[in-house]
Amino acid sequence: MKSIVCVKRVPDTEARLRIAGDEKSVEAAGVKFVLNPYDEFAVEAALKHKEAAGSGEVTAISVGGAESAETLRTALAMGADNAVLLKTAGRAEGLAVARVLAEEIKGREYDLLLFGMKAIDDDLQAVGPMTAELLGIPAASAVTEFSVADGRVTAHREIEGGHEVVELRMPCALTMTKGAYEPRYASLKGIMAAKKKPLEEKAATAGDAGVETRKLSYPSERQAGRIVGQG
Amino acid sequence: MPGIFAFAETRDGEIRKVSQEVVTAARKLADALGTEVHAVVLGSGIAGAAAELGRYGADKVFVGEAAAFDKYSAEGFTTVISSFIKEHGCDVALFPASSLGKDLAPRVAARLGSGYSSDVIGLEVQGGAVVATRPEYGGKLLSQVAATGGTPVFSVRANVFLPVENAKAGTVETLNVSVNEADFGAIVREIKAGAAEKLDVGEAGIIVAGGRGLGSPENFKLVEDLAAAFGGKAAVGASRAVVDAGWRPHAEQVGQTGKTVAPTLYIAAGISGAIQHLAGMRTARYIVAINKDPEAPIFKVADYGIVGDLNEILPRMADEVRKMLA
Ligand SMILES: Cc1cc2nc3c(=O)[nH]c(=O)nc-3n(C[C@H](O)[C@H](O)[C@H](O)COP(=O)(O)OP(=O)(O)OC[C@H]3O[C@@H](n4cnc5c(N)ncnc54)[C@H](O)[C@@H]3O)c2cc1C
Ligand SMILES: Cc1cc2nc3c(=O)[nH]c(=O)nc-3n(C[C@H](O)[C@H](O)[C@H](O)COP(=O)(O)OP(=O)(O)OC[C@H]3O[C@@H](n4cnc5c(N)ncnc54)[C@H](O)[C@@H]3O)c2cc1C
Repeated sequence: MKSIVCVKRVPDTEARLRIAGDEKSVEAAGVKFVLNPYDEFAVEAALKHKEAAGSGEVTAISVGGAESAETLRTALAMGADNAVLLKTAGRAEGLAVARVLAEEIKGREYDLLLFGMKAIDDDLQAVGPMTAELLGIPAASAVTEFSVADGRVTAHREIEGGHEVVELRMPCALTMTKGAYEPRYASLKGIMAAKKKPLEEKAATAGDAGVETRKLSYPSERQAGRIVGQG
Repeated sequence: MPGIFAFAETRDGEIRKVSQEVVTAARKLADALGTEVHAVVLGSGIAGAAAELGRYGADKVFVGEAAAFDKYSAEGFTTVISSFIKEHGCDVALFPASSLGKDLAPRVAARLGSGYSSDVIGLEVQGGAVVATRPEYGGKLLSQVAATGGTPVFSVRANVFLPVENAKAGTVETLNVSVNEADFGAIVREIKAGAAEKLDVGEAGIIVAGGRGLGSPENFKLVEDLAAAFGGKAAVGASRAVVDAGWRPHAEQVGQTGKTVAPTLYIAAGISGAIQHLAGMRTARYIVAINKDPEAPIFKVADYGIVGDLNEILPRMADEVRKMLA
């Protein structure tokens, strides 16, 4: 079972964010970054299915700056076999990221292409289905659990008021949400081993995403309300 | 004439409420830009229901029926919709930010080579360009985005653009679709309804959410009772603590790793108000918090706070709601 997992470096959920002077981006100084929590489900799913198959390979890929190498090391420490950093200058979003990923992935051999359902920074929920579309492969999003048999994936996808059972031809793309794959912690041994695993860096150019951020603002502070009852 | 494209989602042959909202949002944009709303409905056995979209402001409703569209197909829908948008040269394309819309819209955007933004909560025209407002970083920031070319694609968050009935009745036209299920690499085999086809927490106008303060899974009956008192209009929500403990299904979880909701009324009982929970619900119109700890952070975002024991307060609220609605 060969899987490619796309992972992203995002600010920790507890991070206090400050808008930068350009009013279009967020100050990175003092912000703690982590592997996107949804991507942890994807890494875990890839590892579980490789273990179940008894053989295979898990490759983690990230698009971003040099700092994203750290995010890839986290995936390697969890158990991924190797990693690729597609190094871009400046920020890239949505369609631009999908294009960089598709360009790299189209020359590779894989059974499963896994994503997080969303990145918790801009919550776009787009890169997975977009990359699948560019590669011309079937995809399902918001997957909680899947099984693999006879070249097909049967995936359970969360929908309003229930779930959908989708059958996909491989190779296919899945975007993962919380469900059957509770992420493992990287063990000390895993962290040590990750330092020696292959992490390839390639220069990449992220183009136009088709949308631009014009302005970031803080939502109006909710006024603390009135206490209307005291029990 | 180009026009605003609105995708209307159906379930079991009926137009979903989010679809009325998408058409309403499209109507507003069309009026601002002086153009028409073209709604597209795909499915099988849906022609009857489709006509109602005219009431929400669609000038034309295009109905594409095919046996293969009995259930959702990402590939099939993408093909039909992107051809439609290309042929009509639509100015903007709107989708519901539902689980189907968020699966479909980015795929359509990639096919068109268009920019895409999800979970939009505001749409306005500035100097001829459509500018969308969307929450980012779990609602910690608001971002204004605009397209840089092509037909911009947006998904619209539920409960934000409340359906407005419009005097105009749109015309219904048939959209010819020729699709073959054998071409699809992904096929929906089955839809499994969760417990009794409940209203989904992501789309309910009223949410009664419970946290660890409920004390036990059995005690969630208090939350369910209050939700039921609203007569089918309210859904039950949950904090991650109670989902992780196995008291409630993940489908009900509100927050960073659960659903992001924007109901008119959000009642939080026994929920402390951790930042990851707030990420999911702080855009609710009214927040009511019940907590025995006056220092609980949930009170900082609540419009109305009740300090006290939820075991006493929830049943009393349910009684009052029942009286009010009787
Ligand atoms: C302080 C700060 C600094 C930032 N600096 C940069 C920067 O220097 N460079 C930069 O590119 N972005 C940067 N960002 C993030 C940037 O703003 C965009 O949010 C992001 O690139 C767009 O991702 P997405 O919304 O398309 O992800 P989504 O579509 O929500 O992501 C879904 C899934 O797609 C995959 N995915 C998404 N993005 C990537 C990726 N880059 N690589 C691999 N897989 C991915 C993951 O599996 C993810 O779970 C920064 C953000 C902050 C807060
Ligand atoms: C990466 C990450 C993602 C996360 N995602 C989410 C998410 O999506 N959603 C989410 O909710 N959390 C999420 N969390 C967890 C979050 O940090 C909190 O741990 C969680 O929200 C706490 O749940 P709670 O409020 O039910 O429990 P607690 O924090 O234990 O609060 C229980 C509250 O009940 C009150 N209480 C107790 N008894 C009574 C009574 N009899 N009457 C009235 N009040 C009473 C207490 O005063 C207390 O305030 C996430 C955390 C991380 C790190």
